[in-house]
Amino acid sequence: MSGTATSATTPATFLRRIIGNVQALLSLLVLLVILTLVALAPLVAGPDPTSADLSSAFGGPEPGHPLGFDSSGRDMWSRLLHGGQLTLGGAALALAVALTLGVPTGLAAGFYGGWFDLVSGWWVNLIMALPAMVVLLASRAVLGSTVWVLMVVLGILVSPSFFRLVRGTVANMRAEPYVDAARVFGLRDSRIIARHVLIVVRAPIIIQTALVAGLAINLQAGLEFLGIGSGDAPTWGAMLNEAFTNIHQNPLGMLWPGLALGLTSGSLVLLASALRDVLEDRDDQPHTSGPGEHPREADTPTTPRHAGARSELLSVRDLTITYPGADSRPNKVVRGVDLDVHPGEILGLVGESGSGKTQTAFSILGLLPAGGRVSRGSIRIGGTEVVGANERTLRRLRGRTVAYVPQEPMNNLDPSFTIGDHLVEPLCATARMPRSAAWKYARELLHQVEITDPDRILRSYPHQISGGMAQRVLIAGALSCSAELVIADEPTTALDVTVQAEVLGLLRRLRASRGMAVLLVSHDLGVVADLCDRVAVLHRGRIVEVGTTEQVLTAPESTHAQELRNAVLDDVPARQPWSPREVDAQ
Amino acid sequence: MINFVLRRVASGLVLMVVISVLTFGLLSIPDTDVGRHLLGPAAPQEHVDAHNASLGLDQPIWVRYLDWATAALQGDLGRSWFTSEDVSTTLANRIPVTLSLMLGVTLVTAVVSFTLGVWAGVRRGLVDRLVQVLAVVGYALPGFLITLVIVLVFAVQLGWFPAIGYTALTDSPTGWLATVTLPILSLSIPAIAGVTQQVRSAVIDVLHRDYIRTLRTRGLSSPRIVFRHVLRNAATPALTVLGLQFVGLLGGAVIVEQIFGLPGVGAMTVQYTVRGDIPMIMGVVMTTVIVVVVANLLVDVLIGWLNPKARVS
Repeated sequence: MSGTATSATTPATFLRRIIGNVQALLSLLVLLVILTLVALAPLVAGPDPTSADLSSAFGGPEPGHPLGFDSSGRDMWSRLLHGGQLTLGGAALALAVALTLGVPTGLAAGFYGGWFDLVSGWWVNLIMALPAMVVLLASRAVLGSTVWVLMVVLGILVSPSFFRLVRGTVANMRAEPYVDAARVFGLRDSRIIARHVLIVVRAPIIIQTALVAGLAINLQAGLEFLGIGSGDAPTWGAMLNEAFTNIHQNPLGMLWPGLALGLTSGSLVLLASALRDVLEDRDDQPHTSGPGEHPREADTPTTPRHAGARSELLSVRDLTITYPGADSRPNKVVRGVDLDVHPGEILGLVGESGSGKTQTAFSILGLLPAGGRVSRGSIRIGGTEVVGANERTLRRLRGRTVAYVPQEPMNNLDPSFTIGDHLVEPLCATARMPRSAAWKYARELLHQVEITDPDRILRSYPHQISGGMAQRVLIAGALSCSAELVIADEPTTALDVTVQAEVLGLLRRLRASRGMAVLLVSHDLGVVADLCDRVAVLHRGRIVEVGTTEQVLTAPESTHAQELRNAVLDDVPARQPWSPREVDAQ
Repeated sequence: MINFVLRRVASGLVLMVVISVLTFGLLSIPDTDVGRHLLGPAAPQEHVDAHNASLGLDQPIWVRYLDWATAALQGDLGRSWFTSEDVSTTLANRIPVTLSLMLGVTLVTAVVSFTLGVWAGVRRGLVDRLVQVLAVVGYALPGFLITLVIVLVFAVQLGWFPAIGYTALTDSPTGWLATVTLPILSLSIPAIAGVTQQVRSAVIDVLHRDYIRTLRTRGLSSPRIVFRHVLRNAATPALTVLGLQFVGLLGGAVIVEQIFGLPGVGAMTVQYTVRGDIPMIMGVVMTTVIVVVVANLLVDVLIGWLNPKARVS
């Protein structure tokens, strides 16, 4: 769901976007100020950070000493700036080591896979299983107490976070067809990596770098705080340690090093989260072609009004569905739709993709995606108004009066529960059946949808059954609480052709035996011709034609119904049969 | 499932062997003259040599490793070079302190982050923004800085809890609670920040799945869908992060035990590693590796139990 659509931005637009983001800009500014002060420490810090004068121990601020003195009478401001050099410099070294180790290996492992992937994956697991603090302490005992060596070890210890990130991203991308296409065109691997792979991993690496920088600073300061590291040289961690020992005499001594540390790593984390917003576009909106962008066309016929009485099963009047548009103008995806489904009939709702079919179906169930709302009109199911109804009312209708068969069977079963659970839970919760009776009835339902070994299917998990089988299960689920109206949203589109025919046959037989009504949403006129009594044609959010299936398919009145028919029916000139000569000639 | 557990245990054992070789090798690089260190500069050379020989230090490194490994396999981890304490006894005294800390933190983290994460993910709006701000703050501040602030406020200024020291649970349950409350609190804050974020985004992700909508069309109530279906599917990524946090706590415990003066494995690590006391360090490292392997195994088993797809691979 998370659309990590990292568009190939140029550095210039990237910079412009960062400047446009207040959080990114502010945290960058804070970091720049800290870095500049620390880098210029010899020029701006004033007195020597190590010169002690016991007479001014714990002394407050005075001219030339803006932050006062520590327990040995050393200047706090000077120690803070000079300490930053070791703290931030050490963290930078760790970061550089982690990047150098993690990124190229992650690229290679993700792109080529094979033995290198196996071996490096094993090493990374090994490093991650090592308790970092113990390794750091041990390597200090082994390698001596220079802070730089310790930071190299720290870099090695955090390199897996880059390796895993890059490897995962690249391995996902490697499976994309466009990479195969580039290979087929004969592009060299180095070129594919430079042109395609690096663009995909760039943003995640930048974000991770900010996070790991914060982590490295914290760990470095933690080591110094424990008294393991650079010895006498000032660092923020060592300053905190010194202040903590004197916490009872001078509790405020912790303020400045604590603030420096908190501000730096805080800005890094805020920067990372802002970068994530800037670099990774997130789009939760459903993809509907926006009719709001197009001016009303001249040839749009007026929606045929139903003069007659409203159907007692499903009656939709003047339905308008609105989403917030890109430029904060409301975007109407369904505009004034009238529909009636009578008991026992199958009504086909057809139209090209983006015409508002699915949105209409969801609004009838009271389940529009986030952001969408019914802005006008009325939907009545069995006499109950759905628009503006509360959750309780809707829940009483769902399952028992109106049920739903989705388009993609495999995405519509909870992967953590068995098929049996899927059927039994609504029977117990919605139809108030006792559990044992529900299991028996679930088995009976699977019989009805023509599944030959119901006991095995009841025990199976969704990933263990085929798409066609899953769709039968979902149809059984829709029937389980004896709904009078089934809304089927492209119920055969995701299935392959032979399974499609079986499922269509099943729906026809179920209608005959159970007498339920169906609202069949489809773009496939073949399916509609096969199954429906009546057809409504939807175009850009409006009903442009309603009539019996025969009428609409053989003598369409509206231009859109004609176009739709011409696009699918076989009266277009057939293409020439394939001949091997054409290939040879090339 | 049994097959899966056995394979994980086997790979854990391989990991232990590899890490023990690596650690032993690394620790043996600096040629510390333990005998000289203990007996002082004035001791005659033959005494020093005799002491080193009694510790086995005159042998080549691979013999020393094999000696250590065979003894360790029989449950004998040896004695400290410098204090001649028995390693197993020392560890047995200190492991309960650290482990109770880690389990306490994990329990608090699991309860708080699942509650906050589900709440923020389902309700969104103001609660969600508040939780996110808290998460950023908790993540951004260095763990030991949070600890220092907590000590400053609750122990030094308010005096509600002791700033330092430890009472065993067996001696006095209330005393134990008083001494571990602040350590658990300070280790929990960063852990909660990380795990809550994960729970929240997993919950939001699952709520957007098609099957949740289909479950709603079956007439199931929102609480039932959230607690039965959303929570179960969101638990997988959340548990993975919780497991990583648990392993990370080993590092956090080093600093926190040092600050609060708790007699755990973490505090001991600092003392002995700095001196290069190989038997003690090997004991600590092996203990932590076992804890890591067991924690990862538990997380995997739990995920396999919750998520049928994970059982296959």
